Amino acid sequence: MSSTSSAAVVIGIGNSWAGDDAAGVLVARALRGNLPEGVALVEHEGEPTALIDAWAGKKLAVVVDATRAGTPPGTLRCFDASSAPLPAAYAGASTHAFTLAQAIELARGVGRLPPRLLVLGIEGAVFEAGAEPLPAVAGAIEPAARKVVDLVRTYY
Amino acid sequence: MSAGADGERTIRTDYLARVEGEGSLYVRLRDGEVVDAKLKIFEPPRFFEAFLRGRSFDEVPDITARICGICPVAYQMSSCRAMEDALGVEVGGPLRDLRRLIYCGEWIESHGLHVFMLHAPDFLGYDSAIDMAKDHREVVQDGLQMKKAGNELIRVVGGREVHPINVRVGGFYRAPDKRELAPVREQLLRARELARAAVAWTGTLDFPDFERDVELVSLREPGEYPIDRGRLVSNRGLDIAPAEFEDHVVEEHVAHSNALHSRMRERGAYLAGPMARYELNFGELSPLARDAAREAGLDETSRNPFKSIVVRAVEILYALDEAVRLIDGYEVPDRPAEDVVPRAGVGHGWTEAPRGMLYHAYELDADGKIVTAKIVPPTSQNQKSIDEDLLGVVRQTISAGEEELRLRCEQAIRNYDPCISCATHFLRIDVEHV
Repeated sequence: MSSTSSAAVVIGIGNSWAGDDAAGVLVARALRGNLPEGVALVEHEGEPTALIDAWAGKKLAVVVDATRAGTPPGTLRCFDASSAPLPAAYAGASTHAFTLAQAIELARGVGRLPPRLLVLGIEGAVFEAGAEPLPAVAGAIEPAARKVVDLVRTYY
Repeated sequence: MSAGADGERTIRTDYLARVEGEGSLYVRLRDGEVVDAKLKIFEPPRFFEAFLRGRSFDEVPDITARICGICPVAYQMSSCRAMEDALGVEVGGPLRDLRRLIYCGEWIESHGLHVFMLHAPDFLGYDSAIDMAKDHREVVQDGLQMKKAGNELIRVVGGREVHPINVRVGGFYRAPDKRELAPVREQLLRARELARAAVAWTGTLDFPDFERDVELVSLREPGEYPIDRGRLVSNRGLDIAPAEFEDHVVEEHVAHSNALHSRMRERGAYLAGPMARYELNFGELSPLARDAAREAGLDETSRNPFKSIVVRAVEILYALDEAVRLIDGYEVPDRPAEDVVPRAGVGHGWTEAPRGMLYHAYELDADGKIVTAKIVPPTSQNQKSIDEDLLGVVRQTISAGEEELRLRCEQAIRNYDPCISCATHFLRIDVEHV
């Protein structure tokens, strides 16, 4: 599914066993067969250094992840992290030692950020192990997938 | 820090950075003396043990791998060992070597994350690896490179980098052929050179002068450094098989934490993890790792928990060395897994997760469905030790300014690389209350 030789990558981050945290992975699954040729597609658990490896060397990376910014569940927000950090409200959504925002800044610090890195956030509310995604989040998967295709067509 | 009218003052860090999961630090002082010092864990319990009930035995490696994004292989391996104990299956030869090989990958990537991204900033005076990278870019890049080799090893053997999907009770779904392992061997060799330098570099860090006498507990398997099997031993005479674990170790709920605290029955706190493994098994390290440890000035018995960063670097080097050895000796197994037939039974298993021994126990019905599950992760086992270290560190640093005291306490917690997500999945609050 992924290709190290491709110039662009779409990365869906999430844990499919943890409620709305699955959002990014579900978007990646919805994108199977729907991306332009040569664009790699990766389902990812969000481990920070592996994430950096997944986007390093690409010209374009689109990262889809669940957010916890206090907006209504299912809300989509898109950020260009190529030249500036993610907004503070979107910087702390991970339960891991490193957040996506920190992985981006670490990659920026060691020169392993793609020239263009876009982040599409899907607001979630339920992150418990074994929970199903909320209907509002499940309903946002297809619109998010369409948004990713638009972003790839615009920037790739 | 806040000061009370009665001479009491408290220090709090409400959200601890650079640990896995959500926890906080709480220190209470009265008239210049420390009254209380605790790591408080408030991440909600995750009820994995209840979640497992009714599931089939063969689902467990994949389900328990989801408990932790940092050490999924440890959960897979401990759960497989316990299931195989219950079902009378013995995994040996090349299949067992393959398990040890993928486990080396997890040690490399987990220790690599902790040493270079989470712990090193404490010693160099930075808030994060991001800030550290501005002045020490090479250290961070080398750390990422070593970690990448570990990730790649897990991907090749496990099917993908995080939460590998190739592990099953009895072995693997598919065994790699020798050609698949050749490219990763080259990565491991390059990473091994970086790791040698990293051990030396960690030895140059400035360590607080602090030691604590505690019971050290780890697996021990004659002829090898403990990773995937062995008896549980300690420097105070413990020497037990997995089925005896709950006779010797009790778990307690304490008011300040959502994680159960383990203690050795009759004796109290004990220490699991790299420091214990290292001291109890120094002679089993590869010559390369032993020499690097000595050259870095690390004694065979090191009781300063702040030197755990050196020990982790030594274990990264060992895991890289061991992985190369295993690849060089690898023979493709005749079949990827032993036959497994469901039956009623009780099984116990343990392995050495990067943070310390991880214990699993299961009771199965005749169809192989789980009746009860018990998981004791290393961070639960080390909670008492963390609190005792905090007390000692605060006593020693009490005259320092509040910021120095806070940072030293946070560093003391990070000595353990605590995985709070792993520690907070207890099922019942029915053990002793203290």
